[in-house]
Amino acid sequence: MSNESKVDGGRRRLIVATAAVGGVGAVSALVPFLSSMLPSERAKAAGAPVEVDVSKLEPGQMMTVEWRGKPVWIINRTEEMLQSLVKAADLLVDPKCEEPQQPEYCKNDTRSIKPNLMVVVGICTHLGCSPGQKFKTGAEEGMPPEWLGGFLCPCHGSTFDFAGRVYKNKPAPINLPVPPHTYLSDTRLVIGEEKKGA
Amino acid sequence: MKSRSLKNLLLALCFAPLAAFANSGIQLDRAPDVQGDQAALQNGAKLFVNYCLSCHGASYVRYNRLMELGLSEEQVKENLMFTADKVGEPMRIAARPEEQKKWFGASPPDLSLIARARASGDGSGADWLYTYLRSFYRDEDRPTGWNNVIFANVGMPHVFYQLQGVQHLNHETHQLELAEPGQLSAAEYDKQVADLVGFLVWMAEPDAGFRKKLGVGVLLFLGVLFVAAYALKKEYWKDVH
Amino acid sequence: MASTNFEKYKSDGSLQGNVLEWFDARFPATSMWKAHLSEYYAPKNFNFLYFFGSLAILVLVIQVVTGVFLVMHYKPDASLNASGIPVAFASVEYIMRDVPWGWLIRYMHSTGASAFFIVVYMHMYRGLIYGSYRQPRELIWIFGSLIFLCLMAEAFMGYLLPWGQMSYWGAQVIVNLFSAIPLVGEPLSTWIRGDFVIGDATLNRFFSFHVIAVPLVLIGLVAAHILALHEVGSNNPDGVEIKKKKDANGIPLDGIPFHPYYTVKDIAGVVVFLMVFSVILFFAPEGGGYFLEYNNFFPADPLKTPPHIAPVWYFTPYYSMLRAMVWPFLGLDAKFWGVVLMGAGVVIIAFLPWLDRSPVKSIRYRGPIYKGFLVAFLAAFFMLGYLGTQPPTPVGNFLCQVGSLVYFAFFLAMPWYTKIDKCQPEPERVTFK
Repeated sequence: MSNESKVDGGRRRLIVATAAVGGVGAVSALVPFLSSMLPSERAKAAGAPVEVDVSKLEPGQMMTVEWRGKPVWIINRTEEMLQSLVKAADLLVDPKCEEPQQPEYCKNDTRSIKPNLMVVVGICTHLGCSPGQKFKTGAEEGMPPEWLGGFLCPCHGSTFDFAGRVYKNKPAPINLPVPPHTYLSDTRLVIGEEKKGA
Repeated sequence: MKSRSLKNLLLALCFAPLAAFANSGIQLDRAPDVQGDQAALQNGAKLFVNYCLSCHGASYVRYNRLMELGLSEEQVKENLMFTADKVGEPMRIAARPEEQKKWFGASPPDLSLIARARASGDGSGADWLYTYLRSFYRDEDRPTGWNNVIFANVGMPHVFYQLQGVQHLNHETHQLELAEPGQLSAAEYDKQVADLVGFLVWMAEPDAGFRKKLGVGVLLFLGVLFVAAYALKKEYWKDVH
Repeated sequence: MASTNFEKYKSDGSLQGNVLEWFDARFPATSMWKAHLSEYYAPKNFNFLYFFGSLAILVLVIQVVTGVFLVMHYKPDASLNASGIPVAFASVEYIMRDVPWGWLIRYMHSTGASAFFIVVYMHMYRGLIYGSYRQPRELIWIFGSLIFLCLMAEAFMGYLLPWGQMSYWGAQVIVNLFSAIPLVGEPLSTWIRGDFVIGDATLNRFFSFHVIAVPLVLIGLVAAHILALHEVGSNNPDGVEIKKKKDANGIPLDGIPFHPYYTVKDIAGVVVFLMVFSVILFFAPEGGGYFLEYNNFFPADPLKTPPHIAPVWYFTPYYSMLRAMVWPFLGLDAKFWGVVLMGAGVVIIAFLPWLDRSPVKSIRYRGPIYKGFLVAFLAAFFMLGYLGTQPPTPVGNFLCQVGSLVYFAFFLAMPWYTKIDKCQPEPERVTFK
């Protein structure tokens, strides 16, 4: 007595119908379980926009604030630092910022809203270490003499310029991401929020 | 007496799923259901923030959830948020629980879940709260000067006495009598309390509305699945004789 | 005769067939499929009550899966957070409010706990009335009784985890029961708690048992229960052995392959169960205060006992037996005998195979005396269950005593009344349609 022989057209249609409806149900039932592993309201609240006062940030200085548990660097770049961005251009993977690693309003020569103030997430795009400051040029930082200043990731040696753009032939594939941010006033900055209506 | 208990027992057995647990015999007033009324819930939220949140926290409820009551983020920030600086933060009290314990002898309970916790065989948690907030009376023997008909020797003073007025308990009739009228009429005061209780009910399970809507969808889906599964079963079992 | 699976199951040359052949040579895939599903012959006259076995497996799966996801967010920690609320209690509310869809997963788990007992009680009742515990199925019944015992331990320890008032005081009362045991009682209950009161140590060990140890044992017992069943074959509502009448191929005349017949039937049953489950889950997750007790929405407070402590509904029949015992005996106090009575009430179930002396298995052919005892037993069980949810009263206590007496009489007098009862003759074959 073989069951296969009895699977005629009508029976097959019913099997397909039940399996299809049941399958939709099973997949829908997965949604709550998989979604429960997404960031919770608490995590989102901890990752809410952060307000920063940049009035005390001297030229050439950098400060780090925490946003969504990640270090965000705010660098008040000097004139020399800005010039180094131009010099570095040929040595970079993506000098024109073609990869969407920054909001549209930061897709410019300085990768920033205000030319001097750089805001960037300080996590290496290679494997997630936080690069260290190598702000001085050349050997002064223990770097090769042609070093223009910027950041060096201690883990695997990726280097970045003062706009967080990655140098060629390094493990990190793309530029450091620029988080959404906007200025509430001249000296008050919000990280994690775009300008209203922008 | 005994036969009456037996009869009650049998009755209770039949209705056991409807009314769990013994009731204490306290008559609770039915709280009006305002869950569908956004204006009432918003008013309840305002009353909660102004009258309750100074002593009682709602530490599981984040301010941004209040936007589900039809409020904008700005409205929440400006009118309701006094104890936090981010809308994602929970509705905590300014005081720390240990300090409160020093001041009051006990820390006032967190109210996030109070509408669920106060349910009993007597009625829903909403009924209890609605009755409780309208049952304060003047009692000079109490340190606060207040007592409550359904919560004897309660530690909390009557925070709404300016609205409700001052009630006295007539010890012969066991009825509350309004001795000094407050700013609101009895009907107006009841409406305010109903709104506040409505908010407390909402806060105890903000997802309750969505839960019920989703439930209807799930049942409809299972209905369709049942039709298919039952037809399939019939199809196979026609061979079994 | 082909001796290995490799020789028995040959590919038909298709890719699927080749893959299957590869597996069959290394793993008993086809042979297990045949032994447990496509060539497991079950009686064709199963009725409604036979859904509850597969439903119990379904609920077990629901509990395991939802449990796995709850553990990702739950914290077994009795210390107080910044708002003065125990971390464990707050983490449950965190699941209910902050974790995406957490409320659904938690309600599935809490409703699943009650559903588990409803399904298992129905499953046990079916075994009881159709004599499924009788020879040769004694071992299935014993495994089942152990599953029931495990389930009670699992539910009891799980109930502490939300760290509400009922969790706390329920655990306090039940653990204190052990202190009634002479000599070793006090140190034993302290050892179980790991503290002098229920505390963080208790919470952590109950968590460990609830999520790891007991589920492992439970799943092992379920496997043993099913293996034993498939060794001897299923009983049926007529209580007659289908294996006695076989056709030329050795297939029972009244047997049908479990797959596809009972798989398609059980799928329909599962859908109906899920509908009932969903009604509770989405519209009454508190189950009227029975599935989630109202007092448990207050965080545990070691300094304040709630006015009325009642265990969750599925324990209440046995809780009533505990309360029924008010007499000291043999120089030991009433509390000790209450514990003994409660324990005996659960354990005695396992002895049914040896208490029943009836010539027939099924209720269908039993005589009036058995039926009378069964009705009294059911009435006593429901009454004890109801009384266990109520605060103690003198009348209630008296009824608890009567109920316990009837409960035990059903078992202990069984050798006598099943022997003298006037049974009808069993049919040769099962009755169908």
